[in-house]
Amino acid sequence: MKYLISLLVGMVVGVAAFLALLYYNPLTSKNKLSPLSVTANELISLNYSTVASDSLIYTNDGESLVAPHPTKVLQLWEQPIRKTDALATVLRDSRNQVAGIGVKFSSDSESTNILNGEALVDSVWHIYLPGRGSFFIEQKENFWGYLREVVLPAYWSSGDNWRGNWSGSVTAGPGALGTSKVVGGSGEFVALESAGVESLLAKAYSVDQGPVAITGELSIELPRPRDESPISEAATPSP
Amino acid sequence: MFKTFLAGIFLGIVAAGAALYYLPAVNQFREQSMIVVRPNQGNTESFHVNVPIDRIMIGAPAEKEPLPVGLHWPLDEELAGARTELFKIRNGKDTVVGVASRIAASHSDSGDMIEWVLHLPARGSVYVTMQPQAAEGGYRIGELATGTREFEALRGQVMERWVADTSDDADALSGRIELTTAFVSRELEAE
Repeated sequence: MKYLISLLVGMVVGVAAFLALLYYNPLTSKNKLSPLSVTANELISLNYSTVASDSLIYTNDGESLVAPHPTKVLQLWEQPIRKTDALATVLRDSRNQVAGIGVKFSSDSESTNILNGEALVDSVWHIYLPGRGSFFIEQKENFWGYLREVVLPAYWSSGDNWRGNWSGSVTAGPGALGTSKVVGGSGEFVALESAGVESLLAKAYSVDQGPVAITGELSIELPRPRDESPISEAATPSP
Repeated sequence: MFKTFLAGIFLGIVAAGAALYYLPAVNQFREQSMIVVRPNQGNTESFHVNVPIDRIMIGAPAEKEPLPVGLHWPLDEELAGARTELFKIRNGKDTVVGVASRIAASHSDSGDMIEWVLHLPARGSVYVTMQPQAAEGGYRIGELATGTREFEALRGQVMERWVADTSDDADALSGRIELTTAFVSRELEAE
């Protein structure tokens, strides 16, 4: 009997050690710098609050931690859309002026691989900026760093909340450098094919309500016209 | 006994690793796709929205009764010409398979636009730019601007059509928005 108990206690310790290794794995802890931070091209910056009650509408299956907003919004309870969230929000520019409307659909990704530190979400944005046009963003987001450094500490806190400053890019693809794919639809964005990055700035999280003070920022790169590109200048042979 | 304890630790590590490796963390529910294959090796698929029961949101400044109740649409002048709607979308078997957004806007600088994004969680998303003006017969044709995952390698068109419900039933829907996709692989089209 004592051997069986010893084996079981050993297994519990083994599982705990494995989970601790996952949590503290230095290979998955890096908070990568946005690849767009070194671009010479123009960037569009759009900000929004990830707090559900700050949005126009936010809905999910109705049983998740974050409650839909407003309370009477239709919930996504059907099986094929149960792991999907829908958000419609006002997007603001860097001067905090209304820049447009954004709709985001996010679904838990089947590519999620906790062993590699990948808590993935497949998401798309449908964005309209009045006077400028519209575009679409496809991205794979990795929330591992956010879960590890914001959400889990909130659960471990005696006050069931987390306060601090955490910022990081959540975009992990499909671009090779961990950027999203941006495709233009109308206005000045017609024929646009570019890249973007979504990042979060977290200041407060509650176990009861989810995000309390977390803002998201979408950075979209606008490539220069070909004849203005520094690359084309450099590629011009000298006489 | 100490060796048994060490063996337990080893087994625990292996079991946790195997569980995380072999058990999928996320498994999206899949409805059977209702795709019709065409002679040009393309395919068509029909989706629809039952109005009003599948409508999640109507966002427009002039909307007297906002949907959902409690929605506070911004009264910014710049957004005056924009109408944003969110829906659940259904397949040919009338089963909900995804969600969609439709943005219609008119602006002196960026012009008129009507666009759809269909998001099918287990399959991917499509981004469709429609003709702003409806064709004779009340339908619109749009181009697939881009797709993700299953739709990434496709190109083609989507037809949007409003079909009013003419039944006298008191519980009847007001109608349905039909979306018919006609996609073909980019590679096949290039040949």
